[in-house]
Amino acid sequence: MFSRGAAVLVYQPQWGQVRNMATLKDITRRLKSIKNIQKITKSMKMVAAAKYARAERELKPARVYGVGALALYEKAEIKVPEDKKKHLIIGVSSDRGLCGAIHTSVAKAIKTEISTLSDAGKDVMVVGVGDKLRGLLQRTHNKHFLVTFKEVGRKPPSFGDASVVALELLNSGYEFDEGSVIYNRFRSVISYKTDEKPFYSLDTVSGAESISIYDDIDADVLRNYQEFTLANILFYSLKESTTSEQSARMTAMDNASKNASEIIDKLTLTFNRTRQAVITKELIEIISGAAALG
Amino acid sequence: MVRSYAEAATSPAQMSFTFASPTQVLYNRATVKQVDVLTLSGSFRILAAHVPTLQVLKPGVVTVFAEDGTATRYFVSSGSNINADSSMQLPAEEVATSDMLDLATAKSNVNKALSHLAAAPDETAKVEAQINVEASEALVKALE
Repeated sequence: MFSRGAAVLVYQPQWGQVRNMATLKDITRRLKSIKNIQKITKSMKMVAAAKYARAERELKPARVYGVGALALYEKAEIKVPEDKKKHLIIGVSSDRGLCGAIHTSVAKAIKTEISTLSDAGKDVMVVGVGDKLRGLLQRTHNKHFLVTFKEVGRKPPSFGDASVVALELLNSGYEFDEGSVIYNRFRSVISYKTDEKPFYSLDTVSGAESISIYDDIDADVLRNYQEFTLANILFYSLKESTTSEQSARMTAMDNASKNASEIIDKLTLTFNRTRQAVITKELIEIISGAAALG
Repeated sequence: MVRSYAEAATSPAQMSFTFASPTQVLYNRATVKQVDVLTLSGSFRILAAHVPTLQVLKPGVVTVFAEDGTATRYFVSSGSNINADSSMQLPAEEVATSDMLDLATAKSNVNKALSHLAAAPDETAKVEAQINVEASEALVKALE
């Protein structure tokens, strides 16, 4: 290792000093790439924060609207007769990832619902609002999928979007008796909960006993109301879902940036230690080389 | 012994009224006296002790009479009206107050809608154009 050339000072190249530890160049490369990643996650967090602020603002009136629109179901306490077989599950999520456990929690809830309902002997079909749900469920539950909606999550949801989904469902030809919407309900910036809201078909509602106390009901009015309510439920769940998603993405990107900073700190320390070790080694070699000469 | 008047029986003389569209909330469990709505089965004046009803709204004016009698008019494009046990919900698809609307544009919308109706190629387009015509005509009537 110490070359004992006679009068020739042998110059050892620096980057031949690889043992098990990384060289300065490796560490520099890694440091640069992680710093870039940190910039990206920080900017994603800023974007998510802006979108979250807007989503939360729009959620306030949407919540009042949704509660008002669903009041009939709650007041009338509609119960589905036990022999009704066809069930429809609508999972509301989005297309984009990097938002924590948003998609997996909805997918998990859908999976448990499917198994409970299938054990009870009912037919279940699933509708996915958002491409991620299709990706998560298609391998195991492909035969349950009715339709999937894409391009969800890019822009804030509007009532028009909800009506498009509702229209597609009503025209799909699957005559469901009852169904439920599984979405992430927004609780606070750091927490959301996967929730389920039921909805009923026209026959179930008109067959319910408590509906007869309502004056002036005829089939047309009920059908209009049903279709409107389906759109309302979807609108409400879309609004809640986007707010939860943006807040979760903000948290996830924040954690990623923090982790990246930690790694950067550790790597910087390693870099400095390695640098000092390289210098020390050079000095030792020079000194011992000089000592050997003189 | 102190004698005093008996308390007036607390009748549901108040109606808890929730009136909202997907983008804005106009009344949230507010107490109002009377609401006039235009529905598919006719025009209704709804007071506090009204029987439970479920209605689909036609495009037209909804008038809300507050506790002190002042009336506010809103133009509603469509929606439904649920009334049960003295609470009333009015989810509407689009709501506008009169200062947001312009008579001249409304009139030209009617003409445009009528020409669409005449040019409609198939049943669905015809029905959509018909809805457009009804809504525009109601808008003009509300503004005049």
